[in-house]
Amino acid sequence: MQFLRKQFPVMLAFVMGMAMFIREFVPSKFSEQLYYGFTDWAIVIVGFSAVFAILSLLHHHMNKVRRRVDGYGYSVITILAFIQMIILGLIFSVRPGTPAGWEYQWMFVPMQATMFATLAFFIASAAFRAFRARTWEALALLLAGLIVMIGRVPIGEFISPHLSTFSDWIMNNPSMAGFRGIILGVALAQIAISVRIIFGIERTYMGGGD
Amino acid sequence: MKNLIRLAASLVVVLILLLCSAAFSQESDVELPEEPAAAEEAGPEALEGADIIIGLEPAAEEVPAVEVPLPSYVTVSDLPNDDGTGIVVEFEKAEGETEALTYTVSVGAGPDGPWQEVGSFPATKKWKEEAGHYYPAFFWFQKGRAGVSNNIHLFTIQNLSGNVPLETGVEYFVKLTASLDGASRDYPEILSATPEEQWFDTGRTNVLILAVLFGATVLYFIARARRDPNLFIRKISGLDAVDEAIGRATEMGKPILYLNGMSSLADLSTLAALNILGRVARRVANYESKLTVPCRDPIVLTVAQEIVKAGYTDAGRPDAYNADDIFFLTEDQFSYAAAVCGIMMRDKPAANFFMGYYYAEALILTETGASTGAIQIAGTDASTQLPFFVTTCDYTLIGEELYAASAYLSREPLVLGSLKGQDMAKVFMMVMIIIGTLLMTFGVVFIKDLFKALG
Repeated sequence: MQFLRKQFPVMLAFVMGMAMFIREFVPSKFSEQLYYGFTDWAIVIVGFSAVFAILSLLHHHMNKVRRRVDGYGYSVITILAFIQMIILGLIFSVRPGTPAGWEYQWMFVPMQATMFATLAFFIASAAFRAFRARTWEALALLLAGLIVMIGRVPIGEFISPHLSTFSDWIMNNPSMAGFRGIILGVALAQIAISVRIIFGIERTYMGGGD
Repeated sequence: MKNLIRLAASLVVVLILLLCSAAFSQESDVELPEEPAAAEEAGPEALEGADIIIGLEPAAEEVPAVEVPLPSYVTVSDLPNDDGTGIVVEFEKAEGETEALTYTVSVGAGPDGPWQEVGSFPATKKWKEEAGHYYPAFFWFQKGRAGVSNNIHLFTIQNLSGNVPLETGVEYFVKLTASLDGASRDYPEILSATPEEQWFDTGRTNVLILAVLFGATVLYFIARARRDPNLFIRKISGLDAVDEAIGRATEMGKPILYLNGMSSLADLSTLAALNILGRVARRVANYESKLTVPCRDPIVLTVAQEIVKAGYTDAGRPDAYNADDIFFLTEDQFSYAAAVCGIMMRDKPAANFFMGYYYAEALILTETGASTGAIQIAGTDASTQLPFFVTTCDYTLIGEELYAASAYLSREPLVLGSLKGQDMAKVFMMVMIIIGTLLMTFGVVFIKDLFKALG
């Protein structure tokens, strides 16, 4: 049992990690089949775990209702919505024009769009906080932000034709250099964490501690 | 009067039609010149004999024959670095190639056909020097890379007509035809090649060398850390604040909210987030606080439950673990954001952790968290979302710091050793960037290809 919980997952991670690493350099058909085989396995695992996730969701909300915690009414709505969607979907299918399809198109999609639309207000409030020039760095951020914003709208061209050029320069040089530095660091860190996982040095993700 | 005019007009039309039909008649014995004046200008020789030639046929005789250029050599070979489903046609730029010249490649099962046209392209396209994935093999030793003008055409055949893939081990015959202004010429030789699969992608040799070198460096520093565990690691304020955030939540008697990001377990940033979750769970168990982990991915949920359970067990508080605190919300992006915002507004957690990869919902989550007054620590490698996290969170782990967090929190020499290896690789990259910049400035361009991943 200890072997299955501790050693076996590390061995499996090593074998699979090395296989996937070597596969990157092997263009043969076997290599492709191996990759697609693993992808198929992942789909099967996701299918099983989806059942587990649904059970977790129902258990969580039923507990809330049972214990009458604050806001348990939302949990009641979640459970009812879940059950009616399953029933409607099983009876009428989920294609457009069916009751479940109607609910998706006329309830779910607009709610999703509403949530996305709130982003505009959050950006405004975040920008207000970020652009308060309390330090030299914040002042630099404010100036760069203003130039980029004004340089990318027609009024910027109206004020000065050089604004858009300067705005592009900021995006393509200092900003791009910063992004590339981050990406390079991330790539190296990803290789390091992969080595740690493949060689069993990092095992926290298995839930077994160290 | 009107009728007379109509009659005259009709007669003129009929006369013209008759003349036209006579002029274009193939059966006519004597063909009359269309433009008598032109015939007269041409002189008496042009009018000699009964057959005075007019119309299209004489014009065709007057145009000089079109000379269709052909390449001096053509080769057909197996496509390198592939799974055995391709062959490649190469030929040198023909003398006098123009934009109007078109090459057509046909494939046959035998040297006499039947031929299937598999591609046609103008002479200005398909250059070996511009080919990416498959060519050239050991690219930095071959001519025709950066800074060299196009000279060799390269056409890859992987499918026959009807999108039928080429079969491994079957010999295919290739015919090259050049066409210019309606005239065409076949290359005199029919060539053949057999697709074969390869077991090593030579185009990725540089990637392999660098990956092995980097991996070896990391392993070397891990081994060194085993001998000398006193490694220095720079201070990361965001991670130092983890204890502060957990302590604050404990003092206030409020829960801690931890998000693993929006990606699946296939994403390394999710793995890094889960590693940090393990460390956070252990400390939360020590402080006897409540940890809430809403998940977006079912597999991440399962792993997160195991990790938190192990964290509580390691801290000697398995009884405090509640599986219901780590739960699944939804896989939909904005539904997930809405649900997490709801949790923040209702439960008012004292500390929010946003680790892993995020998309457009990042700002919705962090702004809502900020409005509840929670201490917020974020860590992501999503470069597009970083500005939002920096703006709205108290501490942000930028890019690689997310991956270093687990090592930093655990302070284990072996894991810290890997960070040292990572730093050495960074030094190497910085040196190469400086050398590369200098070489490129002075016109030495090979270094650009040296680091180019072709695969």
